[in-house]
Amino acid sequence: MASLSRAWAWLRRNALPIYAGIAVAYMLIPIVVIAVFSFGATPKGKLTFGLDHGFTTEYWSSAFSLSELNEALFTSLRLAALATAISTVIGTLMAIALVRHRFRGRRLTNLLIVIPMATPEVVIGAALLSMFIYYTFALGFGTLLIAHVMFSISFVVVVVRSRLIGFDRHLEEAAADLGATPLATFRTVTLPLLAPGILAAALLAFSLSIDDFIISNFNSGTTVTFPLYVYGVSLRGVPVQVNVLATMLFALIAIAVSLVLWQQRRAERMAKVRPEPEPIPVPGAPVTT
Amino acid sequence: MSLKQRLVPYWLLGPGLLWLIIFFVVPMYFMGELALRSGSLTTGYTFDWAWSNFPDSLSGHTEQIGRSFFYAGTATLLALLIAYPLAYAIAFRAGRFKLLLLFAVIAPFFTTYLIRTIAWKTILSDSSPVVSVLQTLSLVPPDGRVLATSGAVIAGLTYNFLPFMVLPLYANLERLDLRLIEAAKDLYSSSRQAFLKVTLPLTMPGIVAGVLLTFIPAFGDYINAQILGGTQQAMVGNVIQSLYLNQRNYPEAAALSFLMMALILAVVTVYIRFAGTGAFMGDEDEETA
Repeated sequence: MASLSRAWAWLRRNALPIYAGIAVAYMLIPIVVIAVFSFGATPKGKLTFGLDHGFTTEYWSSAFSLSELNEALFTSLRLAALATAISTVIGTLMAIALVRHRFRGRRLTNLLIVIPMATPEVVIGAALLSMFIYYTFALGFGTLLIAHVMFSISFVVVVVRSRLIGFDRHLEEAAADLGATPLATFRTVTLPLLAPGILAAALLAFSLSIDDFIISNFNSGTTVTFPLYVYGVSLRGVPVQVNVLATMLFALIAIAVSLVLWQQRRAERMAKVRPEPEPIPVPGAPVTT
Repeated sequence: MSLKQRLVPYWLLGPGLLWLIIFFVVPMYFMGELALRSGSLTTGYTFDWAWSNFPDSLSGHTEQIGRSFFYAGTATLLALLIAYPLAYAIAFRAGRFKLLLLFAVIAPFFTTYLIRTIAWKTILSDSSPVVSVLQTLSLVPPDGRVLATSGAVIAGLTYNFLPFMVLPLYANLERLDLRLIEAAKDLYSSSRQAFLKVTLPLTMPGIVAGVLLTFIPAFGDYINAQILGGTQQAMVGNVIQSLYLNQRNYPEAAALSFLMMALILAVVTVYIRFAGTGAFMGDEDEETA
């Protein structure tokens, strides 16, 4: 009995970490399943719901053997790269304006940035399609790019803005005091300190773009992106190569994110080099520690 | 300030604002215009103030709308129950594993949404160990299935939008001043009282943001219902997608998306009023003002 009550006590004390562990496992299980099944042998090369046929590396060595899949992945990468470049530049400029400047229409601008994030993707996709139908716009890579830049902008603004709010402006003032022109200050002080935030925003935009299915499905025409390809084949059987490429993509993005996180911490430490300001002694005030 | 200087923010905002206005606001107008047309696919749709599209689109799909509310609501509640302890553990109990755990929370974003959902289909398929465990526990009848039930769709929605719940909660909890909890304990509150009267109210902004960020995309989603559900699990998103892309009944589809958008805006407004916080939109404003 004693051991039972001790076990119970241990369980109670560690309930929170155990719960958190289970929650994290819940989040990671599908990723593990995707990776494990990329090694699963199947008779027809299509994903099956079991591992009865053992394991194989066959699909990893023939990862790029399906031309339709390659083409879709290439389209997605090209689209994500372009959409990321455009939305990161545009969004960063907006974030700078919002944090650094006071101007008429600021609240309205904020609203215009928040609402797309609060709009269900079907509605965004449907609304864009409505406009493209009206102007009989040819659907394809161009319309996809327009849509992807549109839904990425808000996220870029939010990420870069949060970085700008914690920005120490004394560093820029110091540069200006030392005779740097505004442009030189921006290039040598502001941009490097802002870089981790911009990088994080770009990474977010990239993963949003490469992952998007719902909005793309409305505006793609005959252009096929990676998620659209997967959707198309999901009805008649997913080739195992899809899992292989998804696992590769996961690894690549995970590495990129780790690098950004690492860089961000370093930049934070660098920004903290400035000594804490000395508290100004006030006569008669109680001493605080 | 010179005129030139005052124009700076508008130059910075220009490209982004234009993009959002032309490709988000204007499309909403065209969706409204489309919703007021009548006709058929063969004869073409002409604009004639067909207000009846709105009640028509609603009356035909009350079942799916109700289902969307129920599924998204349940998934949001489940996500909150899973995410709150997890975010709490990451913020206060994780120690040096903090970054790793945060990484695990965002890891699902590194794989394609669609492929993750297909992975759930594998996990919940009839022959999977998960289902046999559920059958042994009598949570599922011995010959019953999990796939193609409401439960599967809700599980998928909960999983897919869980990070959107964890991240705002974590951001909020991390800024929590632990001294306030200590103070409550010094004043003889029990742990439970301290949680209910100090921690919970102070993390309300995080809860509000998390609930909105989970509920809205879950409400509009149709991937989970399509892949994990059967014909009896269709949500509003499925209807809109099929009306637009398969049946090409544009007026009814546009009317329905318009109503969905209005419905969500109404829910959000009421919810923010009720929850008594402008944190979702005004937070950054206060910080920067």
